[in-house]
Amino acid sequence: MKILVNGAWHETERRELAGALEELGYGGRVVSTAVNGEFIAAARRARTTLADGDRVEVLAPMQGG
Amino acid sequence: MLKLYDHTIRSRLMLGTARYPSPAVLADAVRAAHAEVVTVSLRRESAGERAGQAFWSLVRGLGVRVLPNTAGCHGVKEAVTTAHMAREVFGTAWIKLEVIGEDDTLQPDVFGLVDAARILCAERFEVFPYTTEDLVVAERLLAAGCRVLMPWGAPIGSGRGLNNLFGLTALRAHFPDVPLIIDAGLGVPSHAARALELGFDAVLVNTAVAQARDPVQMAAAFAQAVEAGLAARQAGPIEPRDLATPSTPLIGTAFRG
Repeated sequence: MKILVNGAWHETERRELAGALEELGYGGRVVSTAVNGEFIAAARRARTTLADGDRVEVLAPMQGG
Repeated sequence: MLKLYDHTIRSRLMLGTARYPSPAVLADAVRAAHAEVVTVSLRRESAGERAGQAFWSLVRGLGVRVLPNTAGCHGVKEAVTTAHMAREVFGTAWIKLEVIGEDDTLQPDVFGLVDAARILCAERFEVFPYTTEDLVVAERLLAAGCRVLMPWGAPIGSGRGLNNLFGLTALRAHFPDVPLIIDAGLGVPSHAARALELGFDAVLVNTAVAQARDPVQMAAAFAQAVEAGLAARQAGPIEPRDLATPSTPLIGTAFRG
């Protein structure tokens, strides 16, 4: 399955968001996620099922003004 | 002391965390500013990077309260989603709500801002809207549930100070009991002092400190200016006059009469 993560295409075998994040190397990180523009809280990642072509945003703390 | 929602702070200088030469300089500047609140943001991070994690670890070590922003958002949905993501990552209901309407000036889209504020306030966010000095927009933001306003001094990063003194003074006079924080556009400490002298409750500064030749010294200078401005406001400044008024008493002046 191909998903668009932060603007770049990735292949993943995992269908649930939590697993896909783990597979892509985000495990253990302080991040927040959205799928197709909808916020997905950390507690919902394990039961959020991804589909081919989904747009996933993975955001982390950053400097800001 | 300044009450922002249910939190009380002493320092009237808030600091942005972007554009510093290094994380160490940022940390020293926050300490020199005696800032109790710093702004932070969210950005995409690739799996191979650790910059965001390192930054968050640094900020947590400073012992300050964070005010996450929705910088870069151009629409209501984008800003609302970013606010949700920020609340989860940073663990705070505070959100500096920015909905940008124009790229050259980074002027707020005040229509989108009010819509987004209404949604977020209903969801128990504590919204700090980045707005203009427009009185009607301010009324709408307060009606939406905002209990703090952040009017711009000038366009973000421009260093031009308080661009519309008349408008800002009117805003202060119109909402005497609402915490008003000048956000954006300040260039030098005298701008910050002026804001406090006019009765604004605090200022938020980023570029003027971060891009100074010596950010730590500039942070200290802003801290002193804010203290001076607040003290001057509390002391009751005189009204400006068009004509001279002698400060030395005229009674008993020699060689007269």
